[in-house]
Amino acid sequence: MFQFSSEQFRLKVGLAEMLKGGVIMDVTNAEQAKIAEDAGASAVMALERVPSDIRKEGGVARMANIEIMEAIMKTVNIPVMAKARIGHFMEARILEALGVDFIDESEVLTPADEEHHIDKIDFKVPFVCGARNLGEALRRIGEGAAMIRTKGEAGSGNIVEAVRHIRTIVREMKQLTVLGAEELSAAAKNLQAPLELVEWVARNGKLPVPNFSAGGIATPADAALVMQLGAEAVFVGSGIFKSSDPANRANAIVMAAKNYNNPEKLLEASRSLGAAMPGLEISKIPEGELLQTRGW
Amino acid sequence: MKKVGVLSLQGDFAAHGAALERAGAAPVYVRERAQLGEIDGLILPGGESTTMLKLLRYENLLDDLAEFGRRKPMFGTCAGAILMARGVTHPAQESLGLMDIVVERNAYGRQLDSRVVELNPSPEFEKRTAPGKLEAVFIRAPIIRGAGARVRVLAEYAGDAVLVEQGRHLVATFHPELTSDARVHSLFLEKL
Repeated sequence: MFQFSSEQFRLKVGLAEMLKGGVIMDVTNAEQAKIAEDAGASAVMALERVPSDIRKEGGVARMANIEIMEAIMKTVNIPVMAKARIGHFMEARILEALGVDFIDESEVLTPADEEHHIDKIDFKVPFVCGARNLGEALRRIGEGAAMIRTKGEAGSGNIVEAVRHIRTIVREMKQLTVLGAEELSAAAKNLQAPLELVEWVARNGKLPVPNFSAGGIATPADAALVMQLGAEAVFVGSGIFKSSDPANRANAIVMAAKNYNNPEKLLEASRSLGAAMPGLEISKIPEGELLQTRGW
Repeated sequence: MKKVGVLSLQGDFAAHGAALERAGAAPVYVRERAQLGEIDGLILPGGESTTMLKLLRYENLLDDLAEFGRRKPMFGTCAGAILMARGVTHPAQESLGLMDIVVERNAYGRQLDSRVVELNPSPEFEKRTAPGKLEAVFIRAPIIRGAGARVRVLAEYAGDAVLVEQGRHLVATFHPELTSDARVHSLFLEKL
């Protein structure tokens, strides 16, 4: 049973709190992890291939190679996250045994279970999960997720889906705050979310865990945009190491996350960055290849 | 009313803002140099100390913070404690040198070693605030490995000082902002 006040849940959300205002960067080896840490990343996400390569190469995408993750954990002092496939609780148990600081139950990897997500409550390690709307976010929190991020469309270099998802989540939260107590049960039914979490959001106007954004962030302006819309921190996947000057761009996105309210400083951060990663138009991605529709 | 700043570059600054409100003060979220002139004291929150250092250097704020700390009270938790120390190890990094302490980063280990514990604060802490145990949330916390003679210990955990003060400054290696107990923040407000 899910409990906000449990010690374990408070520790999980506590680490998520520490990551607010920061940038979490995808890295595929120790050298990239070092570049990310030096650029001011507040955490790194260890994985074998960045989403745009997974998209290009196809095949089954799994939890990363243990040696890669170990090398990254040895190299940096900031928290190290790693991805497990949706529903693959044994990958998650292995990542927990390895000692990673956070697990991303991620639609970027090939789902292992099309019906069930991981029961995250019993784990000692905190989880982050993707969501496209409030119902999905609350279902994941009900399963024990300590952080929510928008799914966006990973590896696309296109911010449009992340914008859609953060706007949807924020709008649906606002709508709950104006409902009467007697309307919340029907709202929970429509959202397909646990009533107690719907009630919590209606009272507080925000998620009970930190709300971050991911999936298509490629520029300092993209990071500032999703933070303006209500994201409390950003994940950058392919956007950094698929650009022409990763160290510089990583640095610029860290500056942008802090200065999302200051256009002059954003202008400064946007100078001399070289080429951003190539982007994909969402309508040109075949429906079966969309990552955001994985999980529910 | 005294105005208390919370350095809001990265980390759990919002949690500190809420804790200050519980202790009866209005927070000012400090993002720019000019705001340092408006406040009577400053909290350095938890978060990633390397990220905060990077942002402080980029915005040329390090000297301003050190200068602020020579005149006004500062309170650092976790990453904030690391920034206020005289020395930092594991690995070594730059710091403000406002507290005569040497701090080892991530000294308990990784997130799986994070913990919530109950501390018996010093009689002096209880006298200046209120009696009772102190709940302490440690998240990838540092440990104070050395402290100068002017540093006073207000609470210990497993033999290590975890809440210390030196003159106008206060440092916790844990996160009082993540509990409902407002005593540590109240103690800081007393210093303003």
